[in-house]
Amino acid sequence: MSMYLLIILLPLVGALIAGLLGRRFLGNATSRLVTIICMLGALALSIQAFMQIAVGNGPTVREEIFSWIVSGNFKVSFGILIDRLTAVMLVVVNGVSTLVHIYSVGYMEEDPDHSRFFSYLSFFTFSMLMLVTGDNFLQLFFGWEGVGLASYLLIGFWFTKESACNAAIKAFLVNRVGDFGFALGIFTIYMVFGTLDYAAVFNMAAAGQYPATVDFPLWGAVPTMTLICLLLFVGAMGKSAQLGLHTWLPDAMEGPTPVSALIHAATMVTAGVFMVCRASPLFELSQTALDVVTVIGAATALFAATVGLVQNDIKRVIAYSTCSQLGYMFFAAGVSAYPAAMFHLFTHAFFKALLFLGAGAVIHAMHHEQDMRHMGGLIKKIPVTYGVMMIGTLALTGFPFLAGFYSKDAILESAFSANTMVGNLAWVMGMTAAILTTFYSFRLVFMTFHGGPPADHHARHAYDHAHEAPWSMRLPLLVLAVGSLICGVLGQGMVGDGWFKEAIFIAKGHDALAHAHHVAPWVKWSPFGMFLIGLTLAWLMYIKMPTLPHILAEHWRGLYQFLLNAWYFDKLYDRLFVRPARQIGKGLWLTGDVTIIDGFGVNGTAALVERLAMGLKRLQTGYVYHYAFAMVIGLLVLITVYA
Amino acid sequence: MLSLVTFLPLAGALVILLAIHNDKAAKSFALGISLVTFVISLRLITGFDLGTANFQFLEEAKWLPEYGIAYRMGVDGISLPFVLLTTFLTPICLLASWVSIQVRVREYLMAFLALESFVVGVFCALDFILFYVLWEAMLIPMFLIIGVWGGPRRVYAALKFFLYTLAGSVLMLIAILALGYHGKTFSIPALMDVPLSFSFQVWLFLGLFASFAVKVPMWPVHTWLPDAHVEAPTAGSVILAGILLKMGAYGFLRFSLPILPDASRFFIPLIFGLSLVAVVYTALVALMQKDLKKLVAYSSVSHMGFVTIGIFAMNTQGVEGSILQMINHGIVSGALFLAVGVVYDRMHTREIAHFGGVAHVMPVYAVIFMVFTLASAGLPGTNSFVGEILILLGAFLANKAVAIVAATGLVFGAAYILWMFKRVVFGAVVHDEVRAMKDLSLREFALFAPLLVMVFWIGFYPGPFLKIFHASVEHLLKQAAVVKTGAAMVAQF
Repeated sequence: MSMYLLIILLPLVGALIAGLLGRRFLGNATSRLVTIICMLGALALSIQAFMQIAVGNGPTVREEIFSWIVSGNFKVSFGILIDRLTAVMLVVVNGVSTLVHIYSVGYMEEDPDHSRFFSYLSFFTFSMLMLVTGDNFLQLFFGWEGVGLASYLLIGFWFTKESACNAAIKAFLVNRVGDFGFALGIFTIYMVFGTLDYAAVFNMAAAGQYPATVDFPLWGAVPTMTLICLLLFVGAMGKSAQLGLHTWLPDAMEGPTPVSALIHAATMVTAGVFMVCRASPLFELSQTALDVVTVIGAATALFAATVGLVQNDIKRVIAYSTCSQLGYMFFAAGVSAYPAAMFHLFTHAFFKALLFLGAGAVIHAMHHEQDMRHMGGLIKKIPVTYGVMMIGTLALTGFPFLAGFYSKDAILESAFSANTMVGNLAWVMGMTAAILTTFYSFRLVFMTFHGGPPADHHARHAYDHAHEAPWSMRLPLLVLAVGSLICGVLGQGMVGDGWFKEAIFIAKGHDALAHAHHVAPWVKWSPFGMFLIGLTLAWLMYIKMPTLPHILAEHWRGLYQFLLNAWYFDKLYDRLFVRPARQIGKGLWLTGDVTIIDGFGVNGTAALVERLAMGLKRLQTGYVYHYAFAMVIGLLVLITVYA
Repeated sequence: MLSLVTFLPLAGALVILLAIHNDKAAKSFALGISLVTFVISLRLITGFDLGTANFQFLEEAKWLPEYGIAYRMGVDGISLPFVLLTTFLTPICLLASWVSIQVRVREYLMAFLALESFVVGVFCALDFILFYVLWEAMLIPMFLIIGVWGGPRRVYAALKFFLYTLAGSVLMLIAILALGYHGKTFSIPALMDVPLSFSFQVWLFLGLFASFAVKVPMWPVHTWLPDAHVEAPTAGSVILAGILLKMGAYGFLRFSLPILPDASRFFIPLIFGLSLVAVVYTALVALMQKDLKKLVAYSSVSHMGFVTIGIFAMNTQGVEGSILQMINHGIVSGALFLAVGVVYDRMHTREIAHFGGVAHVMPVYAVIFMVFTLASAGLPGTNSFVGEILILLGAFLANKAVAIVAATGLVFGAAYILWMFKRVVFGAVVHDEVRAMKDLSLREFALFAPLLVMVFWIGFYPGPFLKIFHASVEHLLKQAAVVKTGAAMVAQF
């Protein structure tokens, strides 16, 4: 068995052992130990693979494991493809996953259902690894749906809570809507190229061996690549919570916080970005698709940031922040700056996981309080947590020489250098979102850690007993904090010339990223200006004049409610889809099946037969002269007809 | 060999009738017989030549030679999976009835064994009259199983089931007689090569369609199914969903496509239309069901809609996906009915609202139930994923609009089944009856174990299954593409 296969299988082994044997035979301590050991093994091997392929310049790994589905010309295998793109993902996924496993030892201490939790976490990691190591689109889809399942299971982990169960189903269904598009995209690829293998598809695409247009219902003849890429992107929108299909992500915060860090910040939600980068040889061939990706990404970046401004739940703020940052990654990809998107994916994994796990430490300290209005002054109680949260915040907001400074700026500069309409639009939206990002991030820090302790009696009690998290939680926080400090400097080679080699394809003329290195100083430093504006505003409103937010909220009540309710997407979807589906379902059942088909059709026929039979019964009177009369009439008729 | 597999259960039923008067002994005997039948049927695989589309294990005996009627038996790659599915599910059904059937136990076992014989016979018959006789014969034990051992409205349900199917069968009989009269034989393989005029094909197709559509069941002749399922005992539902529904789709594969290719192609829009309505309509109806069994029953209609789409996509992926999906559906919906039966045996209700929080008291059951729930939603790694992907791909290659509408079933299908699961298994325990429930017994676990294995086996490594029917499907597709009317032989009708 190859080392690479082991990377994927170890988490699965951990998941199976903890899941099947944990509860009955192993107990909590052993099952979590088993999963952590498996994860450490997978991480070590991933780092080795990374060193070999990304640092040591080793060749791309291609292995076929076994043939999965064969039906006529349709042949799909389970395979492993590790190039630099995958190597980066391996480190991110296994790195964050290992840390989250360790963190969960402390965070889930009081939960009796330990082994199930760790089993799910490892299962998620397995699915995510299947997703990133696959060498064909169907295996990608396998992992894609697999992580969706893991997400469903983990959001609903506390299944006694009604809200958690509903959030889990919502996440699954919204993702299914995306997958619906994604599946159609895969079918189109097969129809056009006759295979789902990355290498074969990309080669044929590069050689132009495909029809110019494909007929699509209600749309007519669509340029082939535009159709394929847009359908795939619908899937990415679902998984990566882009505007329109984002509604599940904030609700997903019902899951335990380590889950939010791993799945809903660092890894699963970035699958869409990874997929677009992986399919860059296709996206590069459709300007329309690239423009759509850019616009949707930029719109999401701005939209989610506006909503993040006013949320009071500490996890929801970070969730909207994630949504917004994913938007940045997408518009980077949209202007063909895929390496910048991957670079931001890489740094974001560190600081966003850090922020979530830090928030988890806060929630842990405050006895499961998540409302920031019931927090404040925690700097005195949990200084270490404060320190790491501050590092995460600075990294996110692009403070010079921390992670975000390099990766986010690379994105903004690329958008600027793209020198197209949508590129400029994305740049403006991205810059605006950068102010908002800084504002909501520092708002979070100020509301949670600064100011006086909470006034509310209940919260005050929690505050008084607040304490630093145990070591199992503190260690991952520290590791991630160090990562957030240095991963920008270390990783900036990624956006250098052709670092990803053949893993990412950039068409001639799409040189936004190359130009990004030579932008004017004012462009280079303007994100820092945005940082300063956002910081100043946050300081004004939450330190200097803490009454100001209430005054503003009262004054612009409508706007405040609009933002607080996240632009009313949930209400809209409820009216448009959820309620009608139920009503139609009920209508079809009671009117369609019961009244019409059974009423008129089945039972109606039965009733008719009965009535006829009653009528016929009356003919059989039993009187001989009645029968004789009928016979005579009948005979007469026969003679008339045949004579 | 085939006759042995077919009639061994019936012989077993006779033995119970004549020699075994003790309920307990009869149960063990029936289970033993069904297991032996299963083991013998496995030998069909080992002796099966995967490389050919020809019928194998042929048997022929004289019956009514002056009418071209004979006792002809044989299987190809299309019928073999269904024979195995039947012999695989029957022991599970008998084991599932171990405790829940208390009255007239011997009669019940006899009905079940007879049912197995007739159903296996239907899949093995290569003579149209033999096929028809067995097709009708099968109704009797099923009618009894629902009507005698069913729930409170069993008589209504049994009659509805019987009359619905019979109405279809009458038209099928006319079609069969016309076909046999015209072709001067009732041998199915021989009839595949008989030229037929287009209009004749159309009439024959409609006659057969009436019967097959009821069995599948296709919308709008599906309303017998929810009632039959709700009233049938658990094992009855398993066999109904697992096997009987497959007979309709099997009919399309065995008769409509190869014998009436021109009419089959002509009616593609009709089938696609009805199937799409089934997929969407019944999924929405399933969403609103309050009765667990009704929900699973409606989901069957929706899933079978996929199957008929795949068959009439008339390409390799579509047809192979359909056959695989029928096996999958037999396993998954069978398991779901068993899962409903497990809680029904404990609570004596199937009302979804009466449950909630089952996971707290029955963790093992919850996990197993969840696997089948997710399999029903077509998650990758489970068998249904492979089937659905192949069907949708086949449909996409045949007609994009159909595939797009059908693919919405992915969303609806997940919606009703996950919502049901949430209401039954998750949440806090509200009702005291739920709190008193015990987790699976060893016997119950044994029911699910083989089905679980199949779910993951087909999910991860469907190759061996797809290989069984590959050659036959390719041959079938060639037959379905033939223009038979070119021979200009007008029917004497």
